[in-house]
Amino acid sequence: MAGLLELIAEAERQLTICNACRYCEGYCAVFPAAERRSAFALGDVVQLANLCHDCRACHQACMFAPPHEFGVDIPGLMRQVRLAGYRRYAWPGALAALFGRPRLTAALVGLAGMLLALLAVVWSHGPGALARSHTGPGAFYQLIGYELLLAGFLALTALVVLVLGVGGRRLWRDVGGDRASLDPGAWAATLADVLLLRYLGGGGGGCYHPDPLHPSRARRVLHQLLFGGFALAFAATLAAAVEQDLLGWLPPYPLLSVPVLLGTAGGAAMVIGAGGLLWLGRRASTTDAPRSRTLDGAFLWLSEAVGVSGLALLALRTTPLIGPLLILHLGTVVGVFVTAPYGKLVHGLHRTLALLQDRAEARREP
Amino acid sequence: MAGRAAVRPDVLVVGGGNAALCAALAARDAGGRVLLLEKTAPEWRGGNSKYTRNVRVASPEYPEDEFLRDLIEVTGPDLDRQLARFTIGRSRELPAWMEAHGARWQGALRGTLQLSRTNRFFLGGGKALLNAYYRHAERAGVEVRYRTEVLALEIENGVFRRARVRAPEGEAEIEAGAVVVASGGFEGNREWLRRTHGEAADNYLVRGSGANDGRLLGQLLELGARRRGNPHGFHAVACDARAPRAEGGIVTRVDAIPFGIVVNREGRRFADEGADLWPKRYASWGGLIARQPGQLAFSVFDRQVMGRFIPPLYPPYRAERLEDLAGQMGIDAVALIETVEGFNRAVDSDAPYDPGRLDGRGTRGVDPPKSNWALALEQPPFFAYPLRPGITFTYLAVGVDERARVLGEDGHPFANVFAAGEVMAGNVLLNGYLGGFGMTIGSVFGRIAGEEAAVCGRAA
Ligand SMILES: Cc1cc2nc3c(=O)[nH]c(=O)nc-3n(C[C@H](O)[C@H](O)[C@H](O)COP(=O)(O)OP(=O)(O)OC[C@H]3O[C@@H](n4cnc5c(N)ncnc54)[C@H](O)[C@@H]3O)c2cc1C
Ligand code: HEM
Ligand code: SF4
Ligand code: SF4
Repeated sequence: MAGLLELIAEAERQLTICNACRYCEGYCAVFPAAERRSAFALGDVVQLANLCHDCRACHQACMFAPPHEFGVDIPGLMRQVRLAGYRRYAWPGALAALFGRPRLTAALVGLAGMLLALLAVVWSHGPGALARSHTGPGAFYQLIGYELLLAGFLALTALVVLVLGVGGRRLWRDVGGDRASLDPGAWAATLADVLLLRYLGGGGGGCYHPDPLHPSRARRVLHQLLFGGFALAFAATLAAAVEQDLLGWLPPYPLLSVPVLLGTAGGAAMVIGAGGLLWLGRRASTTDAPRSRTLDGAFLWLSEAVGVSGLALLALRTTPLIGPLLILHLGTVVGVFVTAPYGKLVHGLHRTLALLQDRAEARREP
Repeated sequence: MAGRAAVRPDVLVVGGGNAALCAALAARDAGGRVLLLEKTAPEWRGGNSKYTRNVRVASPEYPEDEFLRDLIEVTGPDLDRQLARFTIGRSRELPAWMEAHGARWQGALRGTLQLSRTNRFFLGGGKALLNAYYRHAERAGVEVRYRTEVLALEIENGVFRRARVRAPEGEAEIEAGAVVVASGGFEGNREWLRRTHGEAADNYLVRGSGANDGRLLGQLLELGARRRGNPHGFHAVACDARAPRAEGGIVTRVDAIPFGIVVNREGRRFADEGADLWPKRYASWGGLIARQPGQLAFSVFDRQVMGRFIPPLYPPYRAERLEDLAGQMGIDAVALIETVEGFNRAVDSDAPYDPGRLDGRGTRGVDPPKSNWALALEQPPFFAYPLRPGITFTYLAVGVDERARVLGEDGHPFANVFAAGEVMAGNVLLNGYLGGFGMTIGSVFGRIAGEEAAVCGRAA
């Protein structure tokens, strides 16, 4: 893969062509943002790259796309810049190397997570706890001590938030974000952009993935299922915490309780969303940089594992499988958490910040 | 193809640009079996049409009379007025028809707000529009063959019988009930341009499709079609001389001219850079540069105006001193400096500079004068763009009637030969250009040609 500096030079060349052309102005935020600039420094290119949703509408519309000698391919270039950006903003910098082996990283971290969960079980109640079935209030805690579980996850969350925060802050600086960019109007607009995944719409017809000739809305729908799945699962955890710590009800919760309903919906959405995206990816006949495909793939498989193990845990929680399943689920969740700053998930942060900066920029425009 | 036992199509459409697709879709809607032949590979389909961005249409906000007046203003009074009025009238229906066949719109692009009342802009430009048309055609059952060039039409006693084509599998003959010729002008044909413009033609850039060689235009004229439009004329604008010889599209045009001076290879100015020629301004520069030695010129300006125009795709030459700039331009430094100094002395600095309007800030005592926006070139760095004429399209055309039938010299139509687009635009556009009117002509006559050809092709 080309280095970031080469990518910037190439972006400058291509975006100058776009600025002289402007035909794609109506598709997304990238082209209006490019037109606000007459030069393209690193921060500008990173900003535009994270605005690009890779819908590829501009690419099918571009009369200067290869084999034309101008060789314009905005989504392809932006995909590479984003990838280089994930590394650049990763903190601590040495861990950026993990982006080079996404599948291995996901697998190892997932396994490490499971090992950790296993150790926690053994530490709490001895190895025998794994073979028994556990029912009644507090069943999960007959496997892992509650305090240990809570402390573990809080520590992990704090760490991940810190690591993501440092990286996000660096990106924010580079793309020109400042205090003034944080105005409430820009936030509101950004929220809508994220929830609607506005710029994956291809200007109305859908995005040109997996089929480069016929637009489809599948990718946007599936992404939002996955995204929503994570959000619901997170909400389920919060709800469980409320029920347990504020109301004093111990898990497992009945099927018709808030945490279980949220968790089930979330798990199902995750499984369908991640599975669907994997399926679209297999059908794609595109020239995606293989690196970015494996990055997506690693994360999607991990998400799939989180969703499936969560649902299985729910279905089989009264059987002796509860132990192994809990370990599997906790392990993969730890995997998602820990790889967040060093895997696909970091794009959510980068993109949200870029959208925010874009909205702020547009609002400042005369 | 050769050997493939396809059903005989009712309508054969020659070409793969806007006019051809409109004809194919309309013929299909009218129930015809349609075969469309595009000379290029799929990646290059769409001729000049893929480089367009908008179409001009009459509407309640843009009355037909005003449209016609605008047209006559640019093209002169010799056009077929009745046919022009007819074209403009039919343009009203275009937006709805285009939408029904997949077109999507966007607001007027930045820097083109003056067109927002008169023109509709395609979301993503002409290639996106064409992609949508091709998708619709495919779904509707139009057969499209790429890399298939029509070499000749066989016409007996005014009746089209078959076309001789060259495809990757070899040459073959294709019979059809009717034919729509929508194969564009001859701007991509160097030989032809050399015949009409001599050696100079080698230095022209072709902004659009290099595949438009005018083969069928020439053949129809030989077969006795009525000749319309100016055989020598083409529309040309000032383009960056470093642009590719063909297919440079919209991004190679240079908009800097009114902001500085223009000199030729000898370092001399040769025309009024501040003349009020809008909307013909850029078009006139194509012709002016074509008459300079080597068909080369340079737009020269200084720091004061940098950033006031849309930069073209290549960076300008740039130097702190004029003599170094001349070095990069490859022209005589003494001549350039002399020209700039003479110009600077002549600038009438009493009137205030205002690029937003005709500011009347001109020159005194220099020939040719610059009648507006004259600023002395005195603040380094200095910049220059090399310019060549870039041909947009040619004007020569076959005569047609309101049913898009190709007319013979005697004014009698061929029975089943129709034409649409650039190949017949010269009936209503003889000179100059009205932004968006090329797509108007192609869409209006493409539709009509398709409908008419379906009727007569099915009967045949
Ligand atoms: C840079 C540029 C920008 C422009 N912008 C605008 C604009 O914004 N609005 C506007 O209205 N007009 C614009 N024009 C003018 C416009 O492009 C033309 O008026 C219009 O596209 C003509 O359409 P057409 O279908 O007749 O020809 P084309 O689109 O040129 O199509 C001709 C087709 O015929 C094929 N062909 C040629 N010979 C053969 C053969 N022998 N056998 C088979 N196929 C053949 C070619 O490959 C091509 O696909 C622009 C032109 C250029 C160059
Ligand atoms: C929990 C949060 C999120 C998850 C789990 C998630 C997951 C994913 C995955 C797996 C892909 C690859 C899909 C493919 O195979 O095509 C992807 C792509 C994408 N995501 Fe997200 N995402 C999240 C948040 C966001 C946010 C906040 C945005 C902001 C707009 C966003 C925008 C996109 C876009 C535009 C793509 C397509 C381009 C690309 O691959 O980068 N995502 N996401
Ligand atoms: S992607 Fe191509 S068509 Fe779109 S603005 Fe850029 S150069 Fe123009
Ligand atoms: S979001 Fe879509 S239209 Fe916009 S730059 Fe990216 S691929 Fe092109």
